[in-house]
Amino acid sequence: MAETSPVPPAADARRSFLAKLMAVVGGGIASLTPVAAGVWMTLDPLRRKSSAAAFLPITDIASVPDDGVPRQFPVIADRTDAWTGFAAEPIGAVYLRREADSDTVEAFSATCPHAGCFIELDKRDRCFRCPCHNSSFTLDGGIVSPSPSPRTMDTLECEVHDGRVRVKWENFYSGIAEKVARP
Amino acid sequence: MSDASSPRRGLVTRLADFFDDRTGYRALVHEALYERVPGGARWRYVWGSTLVFAFMTQVITGLVLWSSYSASAQTAWESVYYIQHEMTGGWLVRGLHHVMAQAMVVLLALHLMQVVIDGAYRAPREVNFWLGLILMKLVLGMALTGYLLPWDQKGYWATRVATNLAGLVPLVGPSLQQLVVGGPDYGHHTLTRFFALHAGFLPGTLIAFLAIHLALFRKHGLCAKQPQTKPDSMFWPDQVLKDVVAMLAVLAVVMGVILLPAVRAMLEGRPVVPGELGAELGAPADPSQPYAAARPEWYFLFLFQFLKVFEGWGADGEFLGAIVVPGAVLGMMFLMPFLGRWKLGHRFNVLFTLAILVGAGLLTAMALREDYAAAWSDKEAFADVEQLIEETENDPEKIAAALGNDTARIAEFRERVHQLDAIRRSEAFFAAVEQAEVDAHRAIELAGRPERIPPGGALELIRTDPLSQGPLLFAQHCGSCHAHVDPAAPEAAEAVAVSSAANLYGFGSAAWARGLLDPNQVVSPAYFGNTAHAEGDMVSYVTDDMTDADTWTAEQIEAVAVALAADAAVFSDEPLDAAVVEQGRALMADEDRCGSCHHAGENETDLGAAPDLVGWGSREWLIGIISDPNHERFYPDTNDRMPSFGVAEEGGVAPLSSEQIALLANWLRGEWYRGE
Ligand code: FES
Repeated sequence: MAETSPVPPAADARRSFLAKLMAVVGGGIASLTPVAAGVWMTLDPLRRKSSAAAFLPITDIASVPDDGVPRQFPVIADRTDAWTGFAAEPIGAVYLRREADSDTVEAFSATCPHAGCFIELDKRDRCFRCPCHNSSFTLDGGIVSPSPSPRTMDTLECEVHDGRVRVKWENFYSGIAEKVARP
Repeated sequence: MSDASSPRRGLVTRLADFFDDRTGYRALVHEALYERVPGGARWRYVWGSTLVFAFMTQVITGLVLWSSYSASAQTAWESVYYIQHEMTGGWLVRGLHHVMAQAMVVLLALHLMQVVIDGAYRAPREVNFWLGLILMKLVLGMALTGYLLPWDQKGYWATRVATNLAGLVPLVGPSLQQLVVGGPDYGHHTLTRFFALHAGFLPGTLIAFLAIHLALFRKHGLCAKQPQTKPDSMFWPDQVLKDVVAMLAVLAVVMGVILLPAVRAMLEGRPVVPGELGAELGAPADPSQPYAAARPEWYFLFLFQFLKVFEGWGADGEFLGAIVVPGAVLGMMFLMPFLGRWKLGHRFNVLFTLAILVGAGLLTAMALREDYAAAWSDKEAFADVEQLIEETENDPEKIAAALGNDTARIAEFRERVHQLDAIRRSEAFFAAVEQAEVDAHRAIELAGRPERIPPGGALELIRTDPLSQGPLLFAQHCGSCHAHVDPAAPEAAEAVAVSSAANLYGFGSAAWARGLLDPNQVVSPAYFGNTAHAEGDMVSYVTDDMTDADTWTAEQIEAVAVALAADAAVFSDEPLDAAVVEQGRALMADEDRCGSCHHAGENETDLGAAPDLVGWGSREWLIGIISDPNHERFYPDTNDRMPSFGVAEEGGVAPLSSEQIALLANWLRGEWYRGE
């Protein structure tokens, strides 16, 4: 090792302050630039909208039993996942329900409003059940208390034209009392 | 120090001197090893070292796994499959990584407990205690993110629930969730982000904090357990030896968990399949196929169960259970060093930590008890409840009336319904777990085909596999009328009795055809008993004409059954005698016998009166009847209730696509890939 050099003479206060200021600012710019660029890119998902929220054909009205017992139908649509495009893929499921001799169809999303599991139909007990944390719902989507689910099953807009059932497929935020559609 | 130029010293010593002169490493090593352990080495000090060992194991196995893993929705499961089932030693490295992660959680709890009981969080060690808490969070974060990476059903659905909970954080929740998930839906970017967190950000941060944690530990020295009964000793070799023994014990347990199934298989004389050791791999994640048994890893089960405690609190409960209470508990732990200044505070800290651990243990037990309730409950005791629900269609008013509007009885009934529900949920859980095992096994079998996995991923394999899709399609579209159950199975009688159309199990086989031609069976619900055909010509022909031994000998009937099976040519192990087939074909075409109604062989009988026997039961024939049973080849006038699954109404869509119909036909015929 070289011999230790004597302590350098103290610089004058003004120059020293400027040097410190410049070092901090310069160093900050140097290190924060990649951080800022990284954060910018990391926030990209916030810009992405879900491909859904459109009226999608589900089935013919004749396929919806007219006895008030819902039936599950897959929701088929084109889907993109970042760079991959899927043609006509199942993207979710709906329950359609029709009262006797009625032409109006009710549609419920099969996604549980509690935390997003998949609600199943219990035909025997005439109710819906979610297998994850035991929320139950009546056949018209109402809450059976006590229930972890903060709200009733999510209804979806549904229209029947020339015997064809179309549903406006949407995803909603889970775990909150209000039904708010995801953008 | 000896003279550096002395020629007697060996090359190694000289080299060591060279580096020591320039780095001073000897002093560093000395400092690292010759730490004083006040009161002598003790077993209770080993937990920190075992954690470092566990973490090192995770780093090493993790880097190796990383070198073979590919994070995307079409390659994650596939690459993990390849690691687990095809790469040499893949099962061992993955098994070590998986089991050691769980060991780490246990060791964390032990380390925390030991630090709190020994009061090692008190001044001047507060900062190091906080660092420890942060390290704990980082480890749990790695556990959480790692669970998703194989992209199997289990990890996918459990993590979906977990990330939905992130959406509950006030104000920023929804954005936070979208950032974590990498977009509005689960997909490639969920995997890439989780992977970056799991293998980059979290361990990187952990290493930085761990370095400070260890440096501070050395700075403060060991917090010795009082009273010190033995003389001080040195870290090396006394404590190191104890640490090493503890590490080996941890390793032995981990290896035991990995290898136990192999030992069991060997004892039972079964072959050992390395791919089935270590960490399991479920079926590939399918966003359209829910997994009803989605549960987090066991060490997160208590949080999962905790959410249920707030059942009935609605959205507030969720918020409390998932965010507020866990946050408060953690906040409390950060305050422990301040409380610990008082003797009472220290006692409180110890009790608090114990209570948290015991509480978590209890919640875990509760979660398991709920899931496995059906294993020890007696469902028979609830037969009357089931019956009343069925009779009243679960209508509250009717139930109340049936119970004589007696409030006490109604309340009791409600309570029992509750218990029954619990059993049923547990049964559903069992069924889902069993199904998941079947699916996983099938996915792995398909992935191992000589054709390998298509570029679209393993999900594509499953969606085009008759064995996987057939039962689902059948249940959804055919099962409301038809049964599909092995007549030899114990549940067959009941399933067949409630069905309203033929049991299609083994359709096209000689056994099935024999039943059709058996006067006792043809009128049973397994064939035409519960259909309009019970009154039809076929049934009367079989029960009247074919029972007349002058027109039909037993041998002739057998020949027809065999000939039918020969035309169908479904998958079956029963060898068919060519001569008998010829005899049967002739009988079928005979216009005084089957041929009087059926078009068969070369006969001139018109189609329409009865189903076409040419190619009966063949793939093409089945596709035809599923698509359109009203076609003249099948039942143009006498179709009972069967919908035309392949025919679209004006401007509509057909209930089943041609691919789905082909899948059903192949499944009914037993045509699917069979591994060795
Ligand atoms: S997700 Fe349905 S009850 Fe929790």
